[in-house]
Amino acid sequence: MKKIYSRPKSLSKVPFHHCPGCGHSIIHRLIAELLDEMDLQERAICTPPPGCSVFAYNYINIDMVEAPHGRGAAVATGIKRVRPDCLVFTYQGDGDLAAIGTAETLHAANRGEFITAIFVNNAVYAMTGGQMAPTTLLGQKTTTSPYGRNPQSEGEPIKMSELLSTFKGTSYIERVAVNNPKNIKKAKKAIQKAFQHQIDKTGFTLVEILSPCPVNWKMDPLQSCKWIDEVMIKEFPLGVKKEIK
Amino acid sequence: MNKELMNGTSAIAESAIQAGCKYYFGYPITPQNELPEYMSRRLPKVDGVFLQAESELSAINMVLGASAAGARVMTSSSSPGISLKQEAISYMAAQELPAVIVNIMRGGPGLGHIAFSQADYFQSTRGGGHGDYRTIVLAPCTVQEMADMTFNSFDLADTYRTPVILLGDGMLGQMMEPVVIPTAKNKSPPRRDYAVTGAKGREQRVIKSFFVEGKDLKEHNWKLFRKYKKIEQNEVRYETYLLDDAEMAVVAYGTAARIAKGAINRLRKEDEGLRIGMIIPKTLWPFPSRVIKETSRYISDFFVFELCTGQMIDDVRLSLEGSGHIHFYGRPGSVVPTPSELARIMARHYYQSQRKKKK
Repeated sequence: MKKIYSRPKSLSKVPFHHCPGCGHSIIHRLIAELLDEMDLQERAICTPPPGCSVFAYNYINIDMVEAPHGRGAAVATGIKRVRPDCLVFTYQGDGDLAAIGTAETLHAANRGEFITAIFVNNAVYAMTGGQMAPTTLLGQKTTTSPYGRNPQSEGEPIKMSELLSTFKGTSYIERVAVNNPKNIKKAKKAIQKAFQHQIDKTGFTLVEILSPCPVNWKMDPLQSCKWIDEVMIKEFPLGVKKEIK
Repeated sequence: MNKELMNGTSAIAESAIQAGCKYYFGYPITPQNELPEYMSRRLPKVDGVFLQAESELSAINMVLGASAAGARVMTSSSSPGISLKQEAISYMAAQELPAVIVNIMRGGPGLGHIAFSQADYFQSTRGGGHGDYRTIVLAPCTVQEMADMTFNSFDLADTYRTPVILLGDGMLGQMMEPVVIPTAKNKSPPRRDYAVTGAKGREQRVIKSFFVEGKDLKEHNWKLFRKYKKIEQNEVRYETYLLDDAEMAVVAYGTAARIAKGAINRLRKEDEGLRIGMIIPKTLWPFPSRVIKETSRYISDFFVFELCTGQMIDDVRLSLEGSGHIHFYGRPGSVVPTPSELARIMARHYYQSQRKKKK
C-alpha cells in the first residue's frame, strides 16, 4: 500500500497542548511539513514568542530562541545577520507583532531583512485570557472591551499585511486562514512561497494567518471556523498583498 | 598597536573589534555617539555588521539574537537608553547569553543632563531589569582602562555566559588620552556549544527563559545563583592607593576616583601631610567587600565620594558590617568638583575624625 500521509519528520512526537479547535497546531504542522519538503529542517531557526505558542520548540524540531514579547523581528534580525544562510522566521501573535512589537516589525520590514514573519491573527490576546488585541474587530467583546470594541476610544483593527505591503523592503505578503481544508492548503502554499522568497533573498516576507481561538471567542470549534468566514474575513480580506516577481 | 591619542568611546570600539566583536547594534544618544560612529566606519571593513536600530529596545534584542547565533556582540548607550535595554538584559541573563553592554552614564533621572554622572550604580549592580540576576559591572578610570576592560569583558562574558556591563561616564567617554589598544592575533570567540546554527547532524538547540514548572525555574534560579557566587569568588577587581599609612580611606570609582586621587595627592603634599589613602573598585559587581572590611581593621574612617547623591555608599556600608565610620560627599547634576575643592572637603572630614579619635 502506498503511504500518502504521515507525521512530518520535523514534527516531534509530542501531543499538542493547545485547546481544542485552536489554529496553532495546524500552523505548526504546516511549517513542519514544509521544512521537510523544502529540506530546511537542518538550517531553520525560529523565534517563538511568549504566549500560547511559546512551546513551538517542543513540537517543531529545529533550533529556536525565545524572543521577548514583541521583539521577534529584532531577535531574528540579530540571528540572520550572523547566520545569513539559515532560514530564520518569527512566530508571532497579533498583540506581539501589531501592538508591542509594531516598531520592530515595521523597521525589520523597511530594512528588507531576509526573515519571514508567521503572523497568527486570532483577534485576541489568548494566553492572557482573551483581552482586546490590535486586531480585535469593531464591536467584538473581549475581557477588556466588555461593551465591544469602540473605534472612538480603541481605534480600528490594524491591518499589518496591507500596511507592510507598501514598504519597498517587503517582497512577499499574503493573508490566509486555517478554518477549512481549502484555506489550509492555501496557507501552506503561502508559507512555502514566503520561505522561498527568503531563500532567494528578495526581501522581508510575512504570512498573516487568521486562526480560530474558540475558548476566548466563547464559541465551539465549528462556530469559530464559521465566524472567520462570516465576520473576520470581511474585515481582513484574504489574498496576496504583495509579491515581487 | 602603537600608542595613540583617542577618546574613551573610540578606544572601547576599537578594543571590542580587537577582541573579536564583529557585530554592533545601537541607537544614538549623547554622550556616547562617537562609539556607534566609530563602529559604523570600522566594522564594514573587517567583515562585520553595524546596524543602527530603531530603538534601544530593538538594538539590545538584536544583540540577544546575534549572541544566540554564536557571535561576539556589543551595544552601547547612555543612561536613559540603558533603562530601555533592561528588558533584554534580563532575558539574556536568564538565557545565559554573553554580550557586552556599554553604559556611558549621563545625568538623571529622566532626561537629566547630557554630561557625565554616576547615578546608574544601583541600576547596574542590582541587575537592572526584572528577576533574580546580576551582571558583571566593570568600572574603568582611564581611557587605557576602558580599552583593556573592554578587551577582557568579552572573555568574561563568554566564560560565565552572562551579560557584562562596562560602566563609564560622559567624562571618560569624551576625554582623550594616550592609549595602547590591546591586540591578540586571530582572536575569535570560543565555540559555543549552545548556539543556534541550524540543527544539522545534531539535536535541536533551544535558548529559552520560560519554565512552565515552578520547580524547574527554582533549579534554574539556583544554578544562576551558583554562577554568581563563583563570579564573586573569582572576579573581584580593585586597586588600593597609599593605604599603608592612611588614617582615612577614600572609596571612589571611575571619574570620581581620579578626582579623589588628585585631592589626596594635594593633601599629602601640604605641610601637615594628611594621611589619606584610597580603595578604587574596578568591579562594582562583584563589589570588593572583603578589602574594605579588612581595611576597617586598621582604618576606622571611610570617605565615600560619588558623582551622585549616594548609591555605592550602601555597598560600602554593607561591606563594613557595622564597623568603621562612613563619611560621604556626593556631587550630582554633572557639575564636576575640582581636586582642590574636594581636597578642602576631605580635609574637613579628616580633621573632624582626628578630633573624635583624640577624645
